[in-house]
Amino acid sequence: MMMAGAGGAARSSGAGASPAPAGKRIEVPIKKAGGGVEDKLHTWPFLVRNEFLMALFVIVVLTIWSLTINAPLEEPSNPTRTPNPSKAPWYFLGLQEMLVFFDPWYAGVVLPSFIIVGLMLIPYLDINPKGNGYYTFRERMFEILTFFLGFHVLWVSFIIIGTFFRGPGWNWFWPGQVWDPHMVEALTNVDLPYLFGFRDYTASALFGLSLIVGYFVVGYIVFYLWVRARPANDPWSAFPGGGRELLEKWGPVRFGITGFLLLAMMGVFIKMMLRHALNIKYILVTPWINI
Amino acid sequence: MANLDWKEVKRQITESQAWQSIFRHGYEDTPRNRILMVSGNVWLHLHPSKVQKHTVRLRFTWCMGGITFLLFLVTVVTGVYLMFYYRPTAEYAYADMKYLEFDMPFGMLMRNMHRWAAHGMVIAVWLHMFRVFMTGSYKPPREFNWVVGVILLVLTLLLSFTGYLLPWDQLSIWAVTVGSNMARATPLLGHGGPFHEVLGVNPIYDARAFIFGGAEIGPHTLLRFYILHCIFFPLIASIFMAVHFWRIRRDGMSGPL
Repeated sequence: MMMAGAGGAARSSGAGASPAPAGKRIEVPIKKAGGGVEDKLHTWPFLVRNEFLMALFVIVVLTIWSLTINAPLEEPSNPTRTPNPSKAPWYFLGLQEMLVFFDPWYAGVVLPSFIIVGLMLIPYLDINPKGNGYYTFRERMFEILTFFLGFHVLWVSFIIIGTFFRGPGWNWFWPGQVWDPHMVEALTNVDLPYLFGFRDYTASALFGLSLIVGYFVVGYIVFYLWVRARPANDPWSAFPGGGRELLEKWGPVRFGITGFLLLAMMGVFIKMMLRHALNIKYILVTPWINI
Repeated sequence: MANLDWKEVKRQITESQAWQSIFRHGYEDTPRNRILMVSGNVWLHLHPSKVQKHTVRLRFTWCMGGITFLLFLVTVVTGVYLMFYYRPTAEYAYADMKYLEFDMPFGMLMRNMHRWAAHGMVIAVWLHMFRVFMTGSYKPPREFNWVVGVILLVLTLLLSFTGYLLPWDQLSIWAVTVGSNMARATPLLGHGGPFHEVLGVNPIYDARAFIFGGAEIGPHTLLRFYILHCIFFPLIASIFMAVHFWRIRRDGMSGPL
């Protein structure tokens, strides 16, 4: 963009041998060619100043913190003495908490892969043109609530649970409660097909499989119908034409991937509820994998 | 000496060839100098010379991307200091930690700053992602920079995780054991995972052994994590950071238009 006002001044003051008088601060906003005042500032000093002050603040806080709180160092490593509980670094405790609900291959490998790939896909799945570069909730309700469920409800709160509420045997301990390593929690987990009366392996595997497939089929249908039913100018659909316009612009691939990631994420939540409320261990039981 | 003309001295210095070869422009507060200050400086050149007004506001950016980068730089500086005193072998690693804490000048402070900056970096990078999401700044034309950002997020976690093992105390080996045990459960590639028999993987030859450098956590793991932590991941992260910053520079900060 050409700056007619200040840009011209810059050229005239810079081209000649005599610089502008020292000490004269120039606070004028840069003018547009059209004559209107433009919303731009010089990086130096306005942005660099903020960055410098913030850097100073962070360094001071970090230094005081480091002078007062020592990094932990326990006794030397001993591969023959496993501490109870053994906790992963705090930022992975959300995944460790997930082990309560899922087997390691899903909680520790497949789910993290979904999380990483899903995060990367966000800009390609979200075709809502609004809310680009400013804070808004109303224009992006669906996106923000989805992110809220994934990031705040699942990721952050699981980390808090894993850090502060899990003790020996990964049992639940309230903060301040004594960690009793011999605490026995009466817990009878059952598989969902068993709860429904299935005793035969093949039948219960088929039942579990159909439940999971059914969950995704019904989930997709509900999701599709819900999107399609958004009326014109509904803030949920983010398009003036409503849900139909959104579906048309979205296309089947984007819709399919979004639906899958969404249902997989809600699946974690549903499995958590089943486990806590009904002591359900697995939904699908096969000789190879259990979910 | 009494008659020394300081203005003349200053003029002689600032107009000397040596001075002008280092400082290419004056310091007077002129629009031209403001621009040259940024465009003529390799470090400040990360910025455009002018920015939109709202991007300077703290409540728009939360400063979290910058803080993440700052904390990364803190870990680089303190990490180099720690590297002078730390040997990544099972015999010495723990003893060197004690040595660092009790004998080295500022050893404890450097270790504390390194650790807390690393934890702070993880939090800052999450908050940065949250902020970028809330302002919808990943929307066109910045989609790919979000992808680069996710890669940097993963690299931050990997940097932190590989560093977790190095003190070689109970906390570190068991935390890394718990974390890395997940690799044992990788479908097909881990000896405890589903369908492991298809490829015939076993405890000494599977995904976890690839991370550990053996069937169990041991001296080989320590060396492996040390090299990943001090060389490999910082290099990769620096490359992605360069791309990340460059793209912000090219596309500009997002904002309402």
